[in-house]
Amino acid sequence: MTDPALAVADAHRREWASVLAATVRVTRDLDLAEECVQEAYAQALVAWRYAVPARPGAWLTTAARRRALDHHRHAAVAQRALPLLVVDEVAPEPAGPPPDDLLALLFTCCHPALTAEARVALTLRLLGGLSTPEIARAFLVSEPTMAARLTRAKKKIAAAGVPFRVPASDELPRRLGGVLAVVHLVLTTGHTAPTGAALVRDDLLDRAHDLARLLRSRFPDDPDVAGLLALVLLTDARRATRTDPDGGLVLLADQDRSRWDAAMIADGRALVLEALAARPVGRYAVLAAIAAVHADAPSFDATDWPEIVGLYDVLAARWPSPVVDLNRAVAVGFADGPEAGLAALDALTGEPRLAGYGYLAAARGELLRRAGRPEEARTALEEAAALAGNDAERDLLDRRLEAVEG
Amino acid sequence: MGQYLILIYTDEPSWATFGEQEIGAVMAAHQSFGAKHGAALRGRGWLHPTATATTVRRPDGPRRDDFTAGEDALVTDGPFLETKEVLGGYYVVEAPDLDTALAIARDVPEPFGGVEVRPLRPTGSE
Repeated sequence: MTDPALAVADAHRREWASVLAATVRVTRDLDLAEECVQEAYAQALVAWRYAVPARPGAWLTTAARRRALDHHRHAAVAQRALPLLVVDEVAPEPAGPPPDDLLALLFTCCHPALTAEARVALTLRLLGGLSTPEIARAFLVSEPTMAARLTRAKKKIAAAGVPFRVPASDELPRRLGGVLAVVHLVLTTGHTAPTGAALVRDDLLDRAHDLARLLRSRFPDDPDVAGLLALVLLTDARRATRTDPDGGLVLLADQDRSRWDAAMIADGRALVLEALAARPVGRYAVLAAIAAVHADAPSFDATDWPEIVGLYDVLAARWPSPVVDLNRAVAVGFADGPEAGLAALDALTGEPRLAGYGYLAAARGELLRRAGRPEEARTALEEAAALAGNDAERDLLDRRLEAVEG
Repeated sequence: MGQYLILIYTDEPSWATFGEQEIGAVMAAHQSFGAKHGAALRGRGWLHPTATATTVRRPDGPRRDDFTAGEDALVTDGPFLETKEVLGGYYVVEAPDLDTALAIARDVPEPFGGVEVRPLRPTGSE
Protein backbone atom coordinates (compact mmCIF):
# COMPACT_ATOMS: atom_id res chain seq x y z
CA MET A 1 0.00 0.00 0.00
CA THR A 2 1.25 3.45 -0.87
CA ASP A 3 1.87 5.94 1.90
CA PRO A 4 -0.76 8.64 1.27
CA ALA A 5 1.42 11.33 2.86
CA LEU A 6 4.21 10.56 0.39
CA ALA A 7 1.79 10.52 -2.53
CA VAL A 8 0.33 13.86 -1.44
CA ALA A 9 3.79 15.38 -0.99
CA ASP A 10 4.75 14.15 -4.44
CA ALA A 11 1.57 15.58 -5.94
CA HIS A 12 2.23 18.87 -4.15
CA ARG A 13 5.63 19.04 -5.76
CA ARG A 14 4.42 18.05 -9.24
CA GLU A 15 0.87 19.33 -9.52
CA TRP A 16 0.50 22.35 -7.23
CA ALA A 17 0.87 24.99 -9.94
CA SER A 18 -1.47 23.33 -12.47
CA VAL A 19 -4.14 22.62 -9.85
CA LEU A 20 -3.97 26.18 -8.56
CA ALA A 21 -4.04 27.71 -12.05
CA ALA A 22 -7.12 25.67 -13.01
CA THR A 23 -8.81 26.68 -9.75
CA VAL A 24 -8.05 30.38 -10.25
CA ARG A 25 -10.09 30.26 -13.44
CA VAL A 26 -13.11 29.19 -11.36
CA THR A 27 -12.65 31.37 -8.26
CA ARG A 28 -11.31 34.44 -10.09
CA ASP A 29 -9.68 35.21 -6.73
CA LEU A 30 -6.08 34.25 -5.92
CA ASP A 31 -6.51 33.93 -2.14
CA LEU A 32 -9.66 31.87 -2.43
CA ALA A 33 -8.02 29.62 -5.01
CA GLU A 34 -5.04 29.00 -2.71
CA GLU A 35 -7.39 28.17 0.15
CA CYS A 36 -9.40 25.71 -1.97
CA VAL A 37 -6.26 23.98 -3.27
CA GLN A 38 -4.87 23.64 0.25
CA GLU A 39 -8.17 22.10 1.33
CA ALA A 40 -8.05 19.71 -1.62
CA TYR A 41 -4.58 18.51 -0.57
CA ALA A 42 -5.81 18.05 3.01
CA GLN A 43 -8.74 16.04 1.68
CA ALA A 44 -6.35 13.89 -0.38
CA LEU A 45 -4.43 12.89 2.77
CA VAL A 46 -7.57 11.09 3.93
CA ALA A 47 -9.08 10.05 0.61
CA TRP A 48 -5.89 8.53 -0.79
CA ARG A 49 -5.41 6.23 2.22
CA TYR A 50 -6.58 3.16 0.29
CA ALA A 51 -5.78 4.09 -3.28
CA VAL A 52 -3.95 6.92 -4.95
CA PRO A 53 -5.90 8.05 -8.05
CA ALA A 54 -4.39 7.33 -11.43
CA ARG A 55 -4.28 11.03 -12.24
CA PRO A 56 -3.63 12.84 -8.94
CA GLY A 57 -3.62 16.28 -10.59
CA ALA A 58 -7.07 15.80 -12.11
CA TRP A 59 -8.40 14.47 -8.78
CA LEU A 60 -7.02 17.48 -6.90
CA THR A 61 -8.33 19.94 -9.50
CA THR A 62 -11.82 18.48 -9.29
CA ALA A 63 -11.72 18.59 -5.48
CA ALA A 64 -10.42 22.17 -5.40
CA ARG A 65 -12.97 23.37 -7.95
CA ARG A 66 -15.79 21.72 -5.99
CA ARG A 67 -14.60 23.59 -2.88
CA ALA A 68 -14.54 26.79 -4.90
CA LEU A 69 -18.14 26.37 -5.98
CA ASP A 70 -19.18 25.80 -2.34
CA HIS A 71 -17.39 28.98 -1.33
CA HIS A 72 -19.05 30.86 -4.18
CA ARG A 73 -22.46 29.76 -2.96
CA HIS A 74 -21.69 30.97 0.58
CA ALA A 75 -20.17 34.22 -0.60
CA ALA A 76 -22.83 35.02 -3.18
CA VAL A 77 -24.64 37.43 -0.90
CA ALA A 78 -21.56 38.83 0.81
CA GLN A 79 -20.24 42.16 -0.40
CA ARG A 80 -16.89 41.73 -2.15
CA ALA A 81 -14.09 44.06 -1.12
CA LEU A 82 -12.18 43.59 -4.38
CA PRO A 83 -13.28 43.02 -7.95
CA LEU A 84 -12.97 39.54 -9.43
CA LEU A 85 -9.94 38.71 -11.57
CA VAL A 86 -10.33 39.49 -15.26
CA VAL A 87 -10.57 36.05 -16.89
CA ASP A 88 -11.43 35.61 -20.55
CA GLU A 89 -14.46 33.58 -21.55
CA VAL A 90 -13.44 30.26 -23.02
CA ALA A 91 -15.21 28.73 -25.98
CA PRO A 92 -16.50 25.28 -24.97
CA GLU A 93 -14.56 22.34 -26.37
CA PRO A 94 -14.10 21.27 -29.10
CA ALA A 95 -14.53 24.79 -30.54
CA GLY A 96 -11.10 25.94 -29.38
CA PRO A 97 -8.00 24.64 -27.63
CA PRO A 98 -8.28 24.50 -23.84
CA PRO A 99 -6.90 27.63 -22.14
CA ASP A 100 -3.34 27.49 -20.84
CA ASP A 101 -4.14 28.33 -17.22
CA LEU A 102 -0.65 27.53 -15.97
CA LEU A 103 0.98 29.96 -18.39
CA ALA A 104 -1.71 32.59 -17.70
CA LEU A 105 -0.92 32.35 -13.98
CA LEU A 106 2.80 32.79 -14.66
CA PHE A 107 2.24 35.90 -16.80
CA THR A 108 -0.11 37.33 -14.16
CA CYS A 109 2.52 36.83 -11.43
CA CYS A 110 5.22 38.44 -13.61
CA HIS A 111 3.15 41.41 -14.77
CA PRO A 112 5.20 44.62 -15.25
CA ALA A 113 2.69 46.58 -13.14
CA LEU A 114 4.09 44.71 -10.09
CA THR A 115 7.47 45.41 -8.48
CA ALA A 116 10.31 43.04 -9.36
CA GLU A 117 10.34 41.77 -5.74
CA ALA A 118 6.61 41.06 -5.84
CA ARG A 119 6.87 39.24 -9.17
CA VAL A 120 9.41 36.73 -7.94
CA ALA A 121 7.67 36.28 -4.59
CA LEU A 122 4.28 35.64 -6.21
CA THR A 123 5.82 33.24 -8.72
CA LEU A 124 7.48 31.20 -5.97
CA ARG A 125 4.28 31.20 -3.94
CA LEU A 126 1.65 30.52 -6.60
CA LEU A 127 3.62 28.45 -9.11
CA GLY A 128 6.31 27.05 -6.80
CA GLY A 129 4.01 26.28 -3.87
CA LEU A 130 6.59 27.69 -1.43
CA SER A 131 5.39 29.00 1.92
CA THR A 132 5.72 32.65 2.92
CA PRO A 133 8.49 31.89 5.49
CA GLU A 134 10.46 29.97 2.84
CA ILE A 135 10.24 32.87 0.39
CA ALA A 136 11.06 35.41 3.11
CA ARG A 137 14.25 33.49 3.99
CA ALA A 138 15.35 33.39 0.37
CA PHE A 139 15.19 37.16 0.01
CA LEU A 140 16.52 38.35 3.36
CA VAL A 141 13.29 39.85 4.61
CA SER A 142 11.14 39.11 7.66
CA GLU A 143 8.04 36.95 7.36
CA PRO A 144 5.62 39.83 8.05
CA THR A 145 7.36 41.92 5.38
CA MET A 146 7.07 39.11 2.82
CA ALA A 147 3.44 38.42 3.81
CA ALA A 148 2.63 42.12 3.34
CA ARG A 149 4.41 42.13 -0.02
CA LEU A 150 2.35 39.17 -1.25
CA THR A 151 -0.92 40.62 0.04
CA ARG A 152 -0.26 43.99 -1.56
CA ALA A 153 0.59 42.41 -4.91
CA LYS A 154 -2.56 40.26 -4.90
CA LYS A 155 -4.66 43.31 -4.02
CA LYS A 156 -3.17 45.28 -6.86
CA ILE A 157 -3.82 42.45 -9.34
CA ALA A 158 -7.49 42.43 -8.35
CA ALA A 159 -8.10 46.18 -7.95
CA ALA A 160 -6.16 47.35 -11.00
CA GLY A 161 -7.50 44.59 -13.23
CA VAL A 162 -4.27 42.75 -14.10
CA PRO A 163 -5.73 40.08 -16.40
CA PHE A 164 -5.35 36.30 -15.93
CA ARG A 165 -4.22 35.75 -19.50
CA VAL A 166 -1.31 34.87 -21.76
CA PRO A 167 -0.49 38.16 -23.57
CA ALA A 168 -1.40 38.54 -27.22
CA SER A 169 1.35 38.00 -29.77
CA ASP A 170 2.12 41.73 -30.25
CA GLU A 171 2.87 42.09 -26.55
CA LEU A 172 4.32 38.65 -25.94
CA PRO A 173 8.04 39.26 -26.67
CA ARG A 174 8.25 42.13 -24.18
CA ARG A 175 6.30 40.27 -21.51
CA LEU A 176 8.24 37.04 -21.97
CA GLY A 177 11.46 38.92 -21.18
CA GLY A 178 10.01 39.87 -17.79
CA VAL A 179 9.08 36.26 -17.04
CA LEU A 180 12.57 35.05 -17.97
CA ALA A 181 14.11 37.63 -15.63
CA VAL A 182 12.05 36.24 -12.74
CA VAL A 183 13.14 32.65 -13.49
CA HIS A 184 16.78 33.79 -13.73
CA LEU A 185 16.49 35.47 -10.33
CA VAL A 186 15.08 32.26 -8.83
CA LEU A 187 18.05 30.39 -10.32
CA THR A 188 20.75 32.77 -9.04
CA THR A 189 19.15 33.04 -5.59
CA GLY A 190 18.97 29.24 -5.31
CA HIS A 191 22.50 28.74 -6.67
CA THR A 192 24.13 30.92 -4.01
CA ALA A 193 21.86 31.61 -1.05
CA PRO A 194 22.23 35.24 0.08
CA THR A 195 21.82 34.20 3.72
CA GLY A 196 21.68 31.26 6.10
CA ALA A 197 23.73 28.14 6.67
CA ALA A 198 23.51 26.41 3.30
CA LEU A 199 25.15 27.49 0.06
CA VAL A 200 22.39 26.10 -2.15
CA ARG A 201 18.62 26.33 -1.85
CA ASP A 202 17.42 23.10 -3.45
CA ASP A 203 13.79 24.21 -3.45
CA LEU A 204 14.58 27.34 -5.48
CA LEU A 205 16.78 25.47 -7.96
CA ASP A 206 14.04 22.87 -8.48
CA ARG A 207 11.51 25.64 -9.13
CA ALA A 208 13.85 27.39 -11.60
CA HIS A 209 14.15 24.05 -13.37
CA ASP A 210 10.38 23.53 -13.55
CA LEU A 211 9.68 27.07 -14.74
CA ALA A 212 12.38 27.00 -17.43
CA ARG A 213 11.06 23.63 -18.68
CA LEU A 214 7.49 24.94 -18.67
CA LEU A 215 8.54 27.92 -20.79
CA ARG A 216 10.51 25.68 -23.15
CA SER A 217 7.45 23.43 -23.65
CA ARG A 218 5.32 26.48 -24.50
CA PHE A 219 7.87 28.48 -26.55
CA PRO A 220 10.03 25.80 -28.23
CA ASP A 221 11.37 28.20 -30.88
CA ASP A 222 12.33 31.11 -28.63
CA PRO A 223 16.14 31.46 -28.38
CA ASP A 224 16.04 33.33 -25.04
CA VAL A 225 13.97 30.53 -23.52
CA ALA A 226 16.47 28.00 -24.91
CA GLY A 227 19.33 30.08 -23.46
CA LEU A 228 17.75 30.26 -20.02
CA LEU A 229 16.97 26.54 -19.86
CA ALA A 230 20.55 25.83 -20.99
CA LEU A 231 21.84 28.07 -18.21
CA VAL A 232 19.65 26.28 -15.64
CA LEU A 233 20.80 22.83 -16.80
CA LEU A 234 24.51 23.64 -17.06
CA THR A 235 24.53 25.41 -13.70
CA ASP A 236 22.47 22.76 -11.97
CA ALA A 237 24.45 19.83 -13.40
CA ARG A 238 27.14 20.71 -10.84
CA ARG A 239 24.78 20.97 -7.84
CA ALA A 240 25.79 17.69 -6.16
CA THR A 241 29.50 18.55 -6.26
CA ARG A 242 29.33 22.16 -5.09
CA THR A 243 29.18 21.20 -1.42
CA ASP A 244 30.95 18.49 0.57
CA PRO A 245 29.04 16.06 2.83
CA ASP A 246 29.21 18.61 5.68
CA GLY A 247 27.71 21.39 3.58
CA GLY A 248 31.08 23.07 3.01
CA LEU A 249 31.61 24.94 -0.26
CA VAL A 250 33.71 23.15 -2.89
CA LEU A 251 35.15 25.49 -5.52
CA LEU A 252 34.95 24.78 -9.24
CA ALA A 253 38.66 23.90 -9.23
CA ASP A 254 38.14 21.15 -6.62
CA GLN A 255 34.83 19.66 -7.78
CA ASP A 256 34.66 15.99 -8.78
CA ARG A 257 33.80 16.40 -12.45
CA SER A 258 32.93 12.72 -12.85
CA ARG A 259 29.88 13.39 -10.66
CA TRP A 260 28.54 16.21 -12.81
CA ASP A 261 25.20 15.28 -14.37
CA ALA A 262 26.18 14.20 -17.88
CA ALA A 263 22.61 14.06 -19.19
CA MET A 264 21.89 17.62 -18.05
CA ILE A 265 25.15 18.82 -19.59
CA ALA A 266 24.34 17.14 -22.92
CA ASP A 267 20.87 18.72 -23.00
CA GLY A 268 22.29 22.08 -21.95
CA ARG A 269 25.01 21.98 -24.60
CA ALA A 270 22.49 21.33 -27.38
CA LEU A 271 20.32 24.20 -26.14
CA VAL A 272 23.30 26.60 -25.97
CA LEU A 273 24.12 25.95 -29.61
CA GLU A 274 20.50 26.62 -30.52
CA ALA A 275 20.39 29.84 -28.48
CA LEU A 276 23.74 31.11 -29.79
CA ALA A 277 22.48 30.82 -33.39
CA ALA A 278 20.04 33.71 -32.84
CA ARG A 279 20.89 37.27 -33.89
CA PRO A 280 21.37 39.32 -31.86
CA VAL A 281 22.66 36.82 -29.32
CA GLY A 282 20.76 36.93 -26.01
CA ARG A 283 22.27 37.42 -22.57
CA TYR A 284 21.20 34.03 -21.19
CA ALA A 285 22.80 32.32 -24.21
CA VAL A 286 26.17 33.95 -23.43
CA LEU A 287 25.92 33.12 -19.71
CA ALA A 288 25.03 29.53 -20.63
CA ALA A 289 27.95 29.41 -23.07
CA ILE A 290 30.32 30.29 -20.21
CA ALA A 291 28.83 27.47 -18.13
CA ALA A 292 29.19 25.16 -21.15
CA VAL A 293 32.92 25.90 -21.48
CA HIS A 294 33.37 24.87 -17.84
CA ALA A 295 31.21 21.77 -18.34
CA ASP A 296 33.29 20.71 -21.34
CA ALA A 297 36.66 21.06 -19.61
CA PRO A 298 38.09 17.68 -18.52
CA SER A 299 39.81 19.42 -15.60
CA PHE A 300 40.04 22.89 -14.10
CA ASP A 301 43.54 23.42 -15.50
CA ALA A 302 42.40 22.33 -18.95
CA THR A 303 39.63 25.01 -19.01
CA ASP A 304 39.61 27.14 -22.15
CA TRP A 305 40.13 30.42 -20.23
CA PRO A 306 40.74 32.63 -23.31
CA GLU A 307 37.32 31.48 -24.60
CA ILE A 308 35.75 32.43 -21.26
CA VAL A 309 37.45 35.85 -21.32
CA GLY A 310 36.06 36.33 -24.84
CA LEU A 311 32.51 35.50 -23.68
CA TYR A 312 32.82 37.95 -20.78
CA ASP A 313 33.96 40.55 -23.34
CA VAL A 314 30.66 39.99 -25.20
CA LEU A 315 28.71 40.40 -21.95
CA ALA A 316 30.66 43.54 -20.98
CA ALA A 317 30.03 45.12 -24.39
CA ARG A 318 26.31 44.39 -24.59
CA TRP A 319 25.22 44.25 -20.91
CA PRO A 320 27.91 46.11 -18.95
CA SER A 321 27.97 45.63 -15.18
CA PRO A 322 30.71 45.75 -12.54
CA VAL A 323 30.00 42.11 -11.63
CA VAL A 324 30.69 41.07 -15.24
CA ASP A 325 33.97 43.05 -15.12
CA LEU A 326 34.90 41.29 -11.88
CA ASN A 327 34.24 37.83 -13.33
CA ARG A 328 36.17 38.79 -16.44
CA ALA A 329 39.16 39.84 -14.31
CA VAL A 330 39.12 36.45 -12.55
CA ALA A 331 39.09 34.69 -15.95
CA VAL A 332 41.99 36.90 -17.11
CA GLY A 333 43.85 35.78 -13.97
CA PHE A 334 43.67 32.18 -15.21
CA ALA A 335 44.20 32.94 -18.91
CA ASP A 336 47.16 35.31 -18.53
CA GLY A 337 48.36 34.79 -14.95
CA PRO A 338 47.60 36.38 -11.55
CA GLU A 339 49.40 39.68 -12.21
CA ALA A 340 47.25 40.28 -15.32
CA GLY A 341 44.15 39.43 -13.29
CA LEU A 342 45.15 41.85 -10.55
CA ALA A 343 45.69 44.59 -13.15
CA ALA A 344 42.17 43.99 -14.49
CA LEU A 345 40.81 44.10 -10.92
CA ASP A 346 42.60 47.38 -10.19
CA ALA A 347 40.35 49.10 -12.71
CA LEU A 348 37.40 48.13 -10.49
CA THR A 349 38.58 49.40 -7.10
CA GLY A 350 36.53 52.41 -6.14
CA GLU A 351 33.57 51.18 -8.19
CA PRO A 352 30.74 52.22 -5.84
CA ARG A 353 28.42 49.42 -6.96
CA LEU A 354 31.00 46.84 -5.77
CA ALA A 355 31.47 48.43 -2.33
CA GLY A 356 30.52 45.76 0.22
CA TYR A 357 30.55 43.05 -2.45
CA GLY A 358 32.51 40.21 -0.85
CA TYR A 359 33.46 38.50 -4.12
CA LEU A 360 35.72 41.44 -5.09
CA ALA A 361 37.86 41.02 -1.96
CA ALA A 362 37.76 37.21 -2.32
CA ALA A 363 38.94 37.39 -5.94
CA ARG A 364 41.72 39.83 -5.03
CA GLY A 365 42.83 37.64 -2.13
CA GLU A 366 43.02 34.57 -4.32
CA LEU A 367 44.96 36.37 -7.08
CA LEU A 368 47.38 37.86 -4.52
CA ARG A 369 47.95 34.41 -2.99
CA ARG A 370 48.76 32.96 -6.41
CA ALA A 371 51.01 35.94 -7.15
CA GLY A 372 53.02 35.13 -4.00
CA ARG A 373 51.93 38.17 -1.97
CA PRO A 374 50.66 36.49 1.27
CA GLU A 375 50.38 39.59 3.48
CA GLU A 376 48.06 41.41 1.07
CA ALA A 377 46.20 38.17 0.36
CA ARG A 378 45.47 37.73 4.07
CA THR A 379 43.98 41.24 4.39
CA ALA A 380 41.77 40.75 1.32
CA LEU A 381 40.49 37.32 2.42
CA GLU A 382 39.68 38.63 5.91
CA GLU A 383 37.64 41.38 4.32
CA ALA A 384 35.83 38.87 2.08
CA ALA A 385 34.97 36.58 5.03
CA ALA A 386 33.44 39.54 6.87
CA LEU A 387 31.21 40.28 3.86
CA ALA A 388 30.13 36.71 2.98
CA GLY A 389 26.38 36.03 2.98
CA ASN A 390 26.11 32.35 3.97
CA ASP A 391 28.06 30.13 6.34
CA ALA A 392 29.38 27.85 3.59
CA GLU A 393 31.11 30.75 1.84
CA ARG A 394 32.45 32.10 5.15
CA ASP A 395 33.92 28.72 6.11
CA LEU A 396 35.65 28.35 2.76
CA LEU A 397 37.25 31.79 3.07
CA ASP A 398 38.43 30.93 6.58
CA ARG A 399 40.03 27.73 5.22
CA ARG A 400 41.71 29.76 2.44
CA LEU A 401 43.04 32.17 5.05
CA GLU A 402 44.63 29.32 6.98
CA ALA A 403 46.21 28.07 3.75
CA VAL A 404 47.95 31.36 3.04
CA GLU A 405 51.61 31.06 3.96
CA GLY A 406 52.57 33.95 6.13
CA MET B 1 -15.38 46.43 -17.75
CA GLY B 2 -13.76 48.95 -15.45
CA GLN B 3 -12.86 52.58 -15.63
CA TYR B 4 -9.37 53.97 -15.35
CA LEU B 5 -8.22 57.52 -14.73
CA ILE B 6 -5.14 58.46 -16.73
CA LEU B 7 -3.44 61.33 -14.91
CA ILE B 8 -1.08 63.37 -17.05
CA TYR B 9 1.87 64.75 -15.12
CA THR B 10 3.89 67.52 -16.73
CA ASP B 11 6.68 70.00 -16.01
CA GLU B 12 5.25 73.50 -16.25
CA PRO B 13 8.45 75.52 -16.76
CA SER B 14 9.34 73.33 -19.75
CA TRP B 15 6.22 74.50 -21.59
CA ALA B 16 7.68 78.03 -21.64
CA THR B 17 10.46 76.72 -23.88
CA PHE B 18 7.88 75.58 -26.45
CA GLY B 19 6.84 77.90 -29.27
CA GLU B 20 3.33 78.26 -30.60
CA GLN B 21 3.99 75.73 -33.33
CA GLU B 22 5.26 73.07 -30.92
CA ILE B 23 2.33 73.60 -28.56
CA GLY B 24 0.03 73.28 -31.55
CA ALA B 25 1.65 69.98 -32.43
CA VAL B 26 0.97 68.60 -28.91
CA MET B 27 -2.64 69.72 -29.15
CA ALA B 28 -2.95 68.00 -32.52
CA ALA B 29 -1.49 64.85 -30.99
CA HIS B 30 -4.18 64.92 -28.29
CA GLN B 31 -6.81 65.24 -31.01
CA SER B 32 -5.41 62.20 -32.82
CA PHE B 33 -5.39 60.33 -29.50
CA GLY B 34 -9.06 61.23 -29.01
CA ALA B 35 -9.90 60.06 -32.51
CA LYS B 36 -8.05 56.76 -32.08
CA HIS B 37 -9.45 55.89 -28.65
CA GLY B 38 -12.80 57.72 -28.82
CA ALA B 39 -14.75 54.51 -28.23
CA ALA B 40 -13.05 54.01 -24.85
CA LEU B 41 -13.03 57.66 -23.71
CA ARG B 42 -15.48 58.57 -20.94
CA GLY B 43 -14.06 61.93 -19.96
CA ARG B 44 -11.15 64.29 -20.38
CA GLY B 45 -9.84 67.49 -18.91
CA TRP B 46 -7.07 69.97 -19.61
CA LEU B 47 -6.10 72.03 -16.56
CA HIS B 48 -5.02 75.66 -16.34
CA PRO B 49 -1.53 76.03 -14.81
CA THR B 50 -1.03 75.50 -11.05
CA ALA B 51 -0.59 79.31 -10.69
CA THR B 52 -4.38 79.48 -11.03
CA ALA B 53 -5.02 76.88 -8.30
CA THR B 54 -6.66 77.65 -4.94
CA THR B 55 -6.47 75.22 -2.03
CA VAL B 56 -9.16 74.79 0.61
CA ARG B 57 -8.23 72.99 3.87
CA ARG B 58 -9.72 72.46 7.29
CA PRO B 59 -7.97 74.82 9.69
CA ASP B 60 -7.69 72.23 12.47
CA GLY B 61 -5.95 69.26 10.83
CA PRO B 62 -7.35 65.75 10.59
CA ARG B 63 -10.74 65.08 12.16
CA ARG B 64 -12.66 61.82 12.50
CA ASP B 65 -16.07 63.36 13.11
CA ASP B 66 -16.27 66.40 10.87
CA PHE B 67 -15.16 65.90 7.27
CA THR B 68 -15.73 69.28 5.64
CA ALA B 69 -13.80 72.54 5.93
CA GLY B 70 -17.01 74.58 6.16
CA GLU B 71 -17.00 78.22 7.16
CA ASP B 72 -13.64 78.09 8.94
CA ALA B 73 -11.91 76.87 5.78
CA LEU B 74 -8.31 77.88 5.27
CA VAL B 75 -8.18 79.18 1.71
CA THR B 76 -4.73 79.64 0.19
CA ASP B 77 -3.28 80.47 -3.19
CA GLY B 78 -1.55 77.62 -5.04
CA PRO B 79 -1.80 73.84 -5.52
CA PHE B 80 -2.40 71.35 -2.68
CA LEU B 81 1.08 69.89 -3.13
CA GLU B 82 4.15 71.79 -4.29
CA THR B 83 5.85 69.34 -6.61
CA LYS B 84 8.05 69.65 -9.66
CA GLU B 85 5.81 67.50 -11.82
CA VAL B 86 2.20 68.61 -11.63
CA LEU B 87 -1.14 67.37 -12.83
CA GLY B 88 -1.80 68.90 -16.23
CA GLY B 89 -4.84 66.98 -17.39
CA TYR B 90 -6.58 63.64 -17.40
CA TYR B 91 -8.52 61.14 -19.41
CA VAL B 92 -11.13 58.69 -18.13
CA VAL B 93 -11.19 55.49 -20.17
CA GLU B 94 -13.29 52.36 -20.02
CA ALA B 95 -11.28 49.18 -20.46
CA PRO B 96 -11.79 45.46 -19.76
CA ASP B 97 -8.45 45.12 -17.97
CA LEU B 98 -5.21 46.86 -17.03
CA ASP B 99 -3.36 45.69 -20.16
CA THR B 100 -5.93 47.44 -22.36
CA ALA B 101 -5.77 50.59 -20.21
CA LEU B 102 -1.95 50.59 -20.37
CA ALA B 103 -2.05 50.20 -24.14
CA ILE B 104 -4.21 53.35 -24.32
CA ALA B 105 -1.96 55.15 -21.81
CA ARG B 106 1.07 54.48 -24.05
CA ASP B 107 -0.59 56.64 -26.71
CA VAL B 108 -1.19 59.70 -24.48
CA PRO B 109 0.96 62.61 -25.74
CA GLU B 110 3.01 64.31 -23.02
CA PRO B 111 6.38 65.84 -23.97
CA PHE B 112 7.79 66.58 -20.49
CA GLY B 113 6.36 64.14 -17.97
CA GLY B 114 4.39 60.94 -18.02
CA VAL B 115 1.09 59.44 -17.08
CA GLU B 116 -0.21 57.47 -14.13
CA VAL B 117 -2.99 54.92 -14.59
CA ARG B 118 -5.35 54.39 -11.65
CA PRO B 119 -8.36 52.10 -11.50
CA LEU B 120 -11.56 53.93 -10.53
CA ARG B 121 -13.73 52.28 -7.93
CA PRO B 122 -17.22 51.50 -9.15
CA THR B 123 -19.72 54.10 -7.95
CA GLY B 124 -23.51 54.21 -7.93
CA SER B 125 -26.04 51.58 -7.04
CA GLU B 126 -24.17 48.28 -7.36
